[in-house]
Order: sequence, then C-alpha cells, then structure tokens
Amino acid sequence: MSWYKPADVGFATRSWLANLGYGARLFLRLLATFGSSLRRFGLVRDQIHFLGNYSLLIIAVSGLFVGFVFGLQGYYTLLRFGSTEALGQLVTFTLVRELGPVVTALLFAGRAGTSLTAEIGLMKAGEQISVMEMMAVDPIQRILAPRFWGGVIAMPLLAAVFSAMGVIGGWVVGVLMIGIDSGAFWSQIQGSVDVWRDVGNGIIKSIVFGFTVTFIALLQGYQAQPTPEGVSSATTRTVVVASLAVLGLDFILTAMMFTK
Amino acid sequence: MPPPSTTSLVELRNLTFGYGERVILNDISLSIPRGKVTALLGVSGGGKTTILRLIGGQNRAQSGQLLFDGQDVTPMDQPQIYAARRRMGMLFQFGALFADLNVFENVAFPLREHTDLPEVLIRDIVLMKLNAVGLRGARDLMPSEVSGGMARRIALARAIALDPELVMYDEPFSGLDPISLGTAANLIRHLNDSLGLTSLFVSHELEQTFAIADHVIILANGKVAVQGTPDEVRQSTDPLVYQYVHALPDGPVRFDYPGVTVEQDFGAALASTPLKTGASS
Repeated sequence: MSWYKPADVGFATRSWLANLGYGARLFLRLLATFGSSLRRFGLVRDQIHFLGNYSLLIIAVSGLFVGFVFGLQGYYTLLRFGSTEALGQLVTFTLVRELGPVVTALLFAGRAGTSLTAEIGLMKAGEQISVMEMMAVDPIQRILAPRFWGGVIAMPLLAAVFSAMGVIGGWVVGVLMIGIDSGAFWSQIQGSVDVWRDVGNGIIKSIVFGFTVTFIALLQGYQAQPTPEGVSSATTRTVVVASLAVLGLDFILTAMMFTK
Repeated sequence: MPPPSTTSLVELRNLTFGYGERVILNDISLSIPRGKVTALLGVSGGGKTTILRLIGGQNRAQSGQLLFDGQDVTPMDQPQIYAARRRMGMLFQFGALFADLNVFENVAFPLREHTDLPEVLIRDIVLMKLNAVGLRGARDLMPSEVSGGMARRIALARAIALDPELVMYDEPFSGLDPISLGTAANLIRHLNDSLGLTSLFVSHELEQTFAIADHVIILANGKVAVQGTPDEVRQSTDPLVYQYVHALPDGPVRFDYPGVTVEQDFGAALASTPLKTGASS
C-alpha cells in the first residue's frame, strides 16, 4: 500500500497539479492562436471539412433515429394526458436544449476526437512534431491550432444538423406513421420554442462542448507517449474524459440556463 | 572566457547534461569545424543524438555552454532558438516525413512556412532540392509509397530547402542496404562540398564514416574518448577506441550486463562450464 506514504501522496498531487497547469497553459496558448488561425484560414477550413464532413453521416443518422424514438415514446406518454398534439414541442425542446448538443458532443468525441488524438499521437511517434520544431515551425500554431478552431466551428454546425434531423424524425413517426395533425405539430413548435432561450442556449452549449471535446482530444494526443500503447491509451482517455466532461458541463450549463 | 572560435561553427564548452539522475554528457568539450564533415561515433546510449538535440535547442544543458556560431544556445528563449534553427537542417533517423503531404509538399513545407515566395519559385526550389538527392521524379509520391532510403533522401532535400549552414544527420545509415548506404554517404560528402555546408552526422557504420568524414569524434562515458582525422582515430591506442574501431565484443565495454556472479545464479558446480560463446568473462 505504497500510496499511504506521504511522499507518494505529495508526488501524485504535484504531478496532478503540474498536468493541470500544463493543460491550462496549452488551452490559453490555443486561445491566443485565434488571430493567426484567421490569417491562415485555409488550414482551419481543411479541418472543418475533415472533422465536420466526415462526422456528418453518423450525426445525421443518429439524429434521425433519436427523433424516431422520441416520436414514439413521446406519443405514448402524451397519449395518457390526452395532449398528443404537443409532440412537436416535446421533441424540439428535448433536442434543441439537451440532446442535440450533448449527443453530438459524445458522438464527436468518438468519431472526430479519437482521430485527432491518434493523428497527433502518431505524428509524435513518427517524430513529425520534433522535425517541425527543428524547422522552427511551432507545432502548436501549425498542427494544434487549426484542428482546435476547426473542431470549435464544426461542433455547433453538427449539433444543428443533429437537432434538425431529430425533429424530422419525430415528424416522420408522429405525423406520417401515427397520424397526428401536421399543422398542430409545427404550430406547437412555432408557438413555444424561443429562438434565444432555447435555440440560442443550445448553440452556446454546443460551442462550449466544441471547445471541451476538441481541446481534450488535442491535449491527450500531444501528451501521449510516442509508442503504440501510449497512442491507444490516449485515444481511450479522449473518449472517457471528453464524455464525462461533456455530461458534467451539461448539467452545470442547464442549471445556469434553464432554471429560474 | 576564450572568444568564440571562428574556425568552428559549433562549440561545446564544459557541457553537462543528464535525464534526472542519469548523466549522459559529463563536462564535455568539443568543436565542430566549419565547412567540414564531422562524424560523431560512440556506443548506443552514449549521448550522440543528445548532442544533436542540444545543438538544436530541443534539450538544454544543465551546465556549461553550447555555442552555435558564437552564440550560446542554452539560455535562448523560443524566438531566439527558432531564429537559430532556421540556420540548421536536421535529418531524423527515419526521415520523419509528414505522412499527410506528398513528397513535393514535404520539401515545400519549410519554404511555405518561412517565406512568401511565389508558387513558381517554390516549385523551382523544391525540384532543385529533389534533384540534388536524385528524386526529382518522385515528387508526386506519398511518404507511404517510398522506401526507407528514399524517405531519408526526401527528408534531406527538405532539411536543405532553406539553405542552412549546418546540417545534422541522426544515424543516416542505419537499416540501409549497401547501395542506399553508399548513396547516402556520397550525398553527405557531395552536398557538404557543393553547398558549402557544415555537416555533423551520428553513425555506427565505421567503413563509410571513415571514408567520408574529415573529422571524427568518439564519445565514451559522457566524454570525448578521441577526436581527430580518421587516420588519427584509427591509430589511437586508447583501449576503448581500439575496441570500438576494431569492433571487438569484449573490452572496456563489457559483453556482460552487470549483475550477480555466475556462481550465485547457477551454483558453484556449473560455474566452471562455459554458458555462452560470445566472449570470455
């Protein structure tokens, strides 16, 4: 039971604090690259394409099926209260406020976050990061920054696609299959969903998750041990840490946004 | 403090470096002559690659000085070290090509990052550099499609893209077939003379090294064991240098990894029986 020794506890605490400080400094350095990334927007655009476009299919399909399920579950729950025409409102609220940003962030961590971590970990293992440093090119500027801003921009767009597909899924099940009145479905949404309070807060959430997931993926890749085991464990950590961070942050954000 | 030498481009003065408790370089002093090809030899783990990393400022010495063209690299901050690195090119052991860029774009990378040259000029420079390493025709290949020897030549073209003063090679010969090995050795010599470079390479390959180097440095135990022209080094009487140059399995560098005695592991009865064929102990 070596961790009872005070020296070991001290060491563990200090390395934990050092990691935290390293992460915080990297985050600030990435934020500081905003201007230079704008000047070389081509690099960011490539990453938006890479991260966003290649995640589009899984996001769209997941959104559609989540919408299907909500259409069904929502209909049978609302049926008990005799208010099935509120289905559109239920589906849209759930998606735009919560599930859109959260599920997109979880899927994004699994689809794009892991590929970022593995890519950077393998670049490190192949000495591509070192060679760039030796060419007097800052890898944080050239490698991490475009991916960071690409992820931050791609996430809200993907969350919007997810929510839109989800609403369509709810409409398909509720209106086309079960037979709720289509006009009631849409007018309920129109009448109750507020652009700023609901859609706006959902977008803010997905931007926050974009920062969170992309940063965690980049940090894990950049800190990975340059070995096959190191890269694989970093990839796993990306999914675990990013998912937990998203779920935890979502609770805090919801508490701040939707309680009176 | 003696003034910086004008005949040497890089000078290490009483430099000490280690990882944690383990000392790699112990109070070492050596100089890399300007315009010459210098070879850095020594046993594995002896700090040869560390010297390259110290010159490039990727590792910093714990004490002592490392002068690059008269300026101490050790206390430099990032902008200063980046300015110094733009005057160096480094070839990593396995080339370290950017896997997502093709051969042309790999060589163009430093030009695009550090200059605002028009595309036509970048094209000409890249093709000239690729031509110098004999791979002008390979410009459209991806790094996954080239052999190990080719990857290193492409990396060399990339390292000299910005016309550096110093080119450092980390084990340029390891894992090459005899043809590629001869090609690589000739390239180092030829590029050094035709481009007016200073070259420094780390190697284990004695024959080619002695053939192309002007100056040979052998490291041992964190110190310089011997340095001089290839002939001087070959005639050294230092037992360790003798063992190294003649590739003897046992000598000052032991065949046996230090540990408990044979008697303790196998009992006194077996200890007299020879257990291995590599060397006597």
